Amino acid sequence: MTHAIDRFRRAGIAAFSLTFLAGPALAEGEVNIYSYRQPDLIEPLLDAFTEQTGIATNVLFLNKGLEEKIEAEGVNSPADLIFTVDIGRLSNAKAKGITQPVSEEAINANIPEQFRDPDGHWFGLTTRGRVVYASKERVGQDTITYEELADPKWKGKICIRSGQHAYNLALFASMIAHHGEDYTKTWLTGLKNNLARKPDGNDRAQAKAIYAGECDLGIGNTYYVGLMQTNEKEPEQKDWAESIKVLFPNAEDRGTHVNISGMALAKHAPNKDNAVKLMEFLASPQGQEIYAEQVFEYPIGPDTEPSDIVKGFGDIKPDSLPLDEIANNRKTASELVDTTGFQDGPAS
Amino acid sequence: MTAQTVPQDVVAAAPVARRDRHIGALLPAIVIAGLAVLPIAIVVAIALTGSGEDWPHLVRNVLPGATATTLALLAMVAAGTATIGVACAWLVIAYDFPLRRLLAWALVLPLAVPPYLAAYAFGEFFLFTGPIQTALRALFGFQSARDYWFPDIRSTTGTAIVLSSVLFPYVYLTVRVVFLMQGRNIADVARTLGAAPARVFFRILLPVARPAIIAGCALVLMETLNDIGAAEYLGADTLTIAVFTTWLNRGSLEGAAQISTVMLFLVLALLYAERVARRNQRFHGARATHMKARPPRVQLRGARKWFATMAVLFPVLSGFGIPTYVFCGYAARRLDQLADPALQQAFVTSVFTAGCTALVTVAIALVLVNATRLSRTVAVGAVARLAASGYALPGTVLALGLLFALTRLDNAVDAFARTHLGVSTGLLLSGTAAAVIIACSVRFLALAEGAIRSGLEKLPPHLDEAARSLGHTPAASARKVLFPLLKPALATAAVLVFVDTMKELSATILLRPFGFSTLATHVYENASRGVVEDGAVAALLIILTALVPVVLLSRALMRDADATM
Repeated sequence: MTHAIDRFRRAGIAAFSLTFLAGPALAEGEVNIYSYRQPDLIEPLLDAFTEQTGIATNVLFLNKGLEEKIEAEGVNSPADLIFTVDIGRLSNAKAKGITQPVSEEAINANIPEQFRDPDGHWFGLTTRGRVVYASKERVGQDTITYEELADPKWKGKICIRSGQHAYNLALFASMIAHHGEDYTKTWLTGLKNNLARKPDGNDRAQAKAIYAGECDLGIGNTYYVGLMQTNEKEPEQKDWAESIKVLFPNAEDRGTHVNISGMALAKHAPNKDNAVKLMEFLASPQGQEIYAEQVFEYPIGPDTEPSDIVKGFGDIKPDSLPLDEIANNRKTASELVDTTGFQDGPAS
Repeated sequence: MTAQTVPQDVVAAAPVARRDRHIGALLPAIVIAGLAVLPIAIVVAIALTGSGEDWPHLVRNVLPGATATTLALLAMVAAGTATIGVACAWLVIAYDFPLRRLLAWALVLPLAVPPYLAAYAFGEFFLFTGPIQTALRALFGFQSARDYWFPDIRSTTGTAIVLSSVLFPYVYLTVRVVFLMQGRNIADVARTLGAAPARVFFRILLPVARPAIIAGCALVLMETLNDIGAAEYLGADTLTIAVFTTWLNRGSLEGAAQISTVMLFLVLALLYAERVARRNQRFHGARATHMKARPPRVQLRGARKWFATMAVLFPVLSGFGIPTYVFCGYAARRLDQLADPALQQAFVTSVFTAGCTALVTVAIALVLVNATRLSRTVAVGAVARLAASGYALPGTVLALGLLFALTRLDNAVDAFARTHLGVSTGLLLSGTAAAVIIACSVRFLALAEGAIRSGLEKLPPHLDEAARSLGHTPAASARKVLFPLLKPALATAAVLVFVDTMKELSATILLRPFGFSTLATHVYENASRGVVEDGAVAALLIILTALVPVVLLSRALMRDADATM
């Protein structure tokens, strides 16, 4: 009891001091991260880094206005590193001039050229495939293409999250890069007409909908399947994952669309040396292994193996389209989602 | 605006040289209002820098649909909250039925539920994969969604249902006060003169309550306009959603600010309607305080009394029951989280922030309302209203405006200190929790301002000036006469702001410094990696913590009401 009260009081003092004694102490031995990634997901990595180097990490999660915040804070910004989950945000950060280049052999050696900025402003850390979740029960075929998703044979059978979500925009942008705007517009309309319901929920919700029989195909990222398969807190998610198989679209031609999670060094990073150390750690085989095992994403480099669970989905052949092309077509993709009325779902 | 309703004798007693004496009250009000308007002004300024290149696409493909959706949503939510709020208030005030006393304050409970949590809970509850539809399928042996029809909660109508379920207490609270003060008297007079009950309700009571209904609905509609969580989750493509897709997906903050500015005009129109409505309320309010004697409630019998209980219970179950049921289900498996220091700290931070914000906001609102009352110039009232309109902007947009203002100020101070004093002051405001408190104060100013203003308008006009004519200074007459009488209004204002700050997410998440987590950000971090379940304990803590002051206030107001009976 006293223990609880004591903890309560300590928390109170902490809250008080946070409020009145200004923000992070810019002392030696820490790294400040502004992150689009949820702290829980990167915690194992940061813990390992702190254990190894003694450098503490502070994470601030925000997913709307991160770039604007750093830009507005200017020279006094406490941010050292930016973590994102989408190429669009990384290239936006560079375009806004809130990043600075890094040229470290230790980092570059571990990250293939395709997945980092030619000027060193951003680096990919993991890749994730945007794949098709298919009902084991109701879908016979084991291969599929993105193009095929617009085929009327799937009418009323496909589920997807919001078309304006970053993951879908990146996929649509890759379609524009490969086939042009007109084709993609027709394709989006076809996909829209094949939907079982309005675009909705997150990626896991698509698996859940397949499990419940609402649709036969869903579009989602690879790692969610791993997270569902190992979810001890909500064991019914294992059933959702059990009801689907992962199909890697276009495995026989250009490969499956992949997006990256990545990092960038902030322009006015107050703890630059520590930040670069963290960047090196995350790109190193040790960091990559933690990503692979705990978050079920694909390691960025060829030297680290994906986790066994991820390997169980089958082999991925990533689309080799330069990420910049995806970022550049993002705006058009977003406009096409509006023009096709994608968000309205199937015409009933 | 007050002249025509002020009794002649009071006007005669008012000091002639009022304008000069009120400078002391007006100056701080103008400064405060100016600061509160600043974030909004910055949003408008950003809008003005836009090239307009986004507009062809917006006008052709986005705005027609988004505007239609938004207007439909506003209309449905206004109708929904007004119907529920008025019906419940009238039942509770005029009739006696089982559980009446309990339900009278339980009707305020949905206020404690953030719309984004309600949307998620309704989704879980009513979607294809939820308990209702699963049970239906099991019962009738349906295989897929194509075998039967079920209303889709993922729609504009669904969003309206969810928002109405949690927002109707705003209308209930304001209308109940009016009914409590005069509704039954007038109704009884009409009835003794031979009017049928339905006629009494529509011809007498609704007109009497109209200003209160509009005042409550104005708050509801502003909450509806600023909502992003429920609309996003349930797929209603509103103007607010268009603001975010334009900004984040098409990289045009200017375009987003332009849509926001259009929304602001919508709000100012709403506020103007509310003001016109309140102008009439003064008259009723001033008279109402004289009527102390109230007839007893009508005792309902048989099936009708249970019907009344069900009618009042239903909105409580919908707005409070469903969300609590859904989150309790998840939280039960995660009670160990209560021992998590991070969650405990988030709890303390939430309460602390909400408490500070409530105090600051009430103080600011009091200054503004007082100045509006004393001043005869339209300008003060207009600026106060403009400041309050920030409530209708999406929290992130308002917070961005504030972020730009605060960082500019901080960096200027820092540059000055560096050159002249050789030290760096860093981000004094924008880098600390102060930014969050300022943002919430600006955001929820409308709530406090509205509550205090309506409290003031219920008092006989120029009560304090009567005290002053008896020799008190303005400050003393305000302290001794006005504030004690305003206590219920101040408490209401503080509770409303406290509760909304507990629920606040979007401004907090943009402006918070490192290590600053509230319960709401805790829920959101979990929700955004697809595991809302892991945020269930925090979600329930938000609801429970917001509940405490809501219940206390509701009971205190009831006691006041019962005591005068």
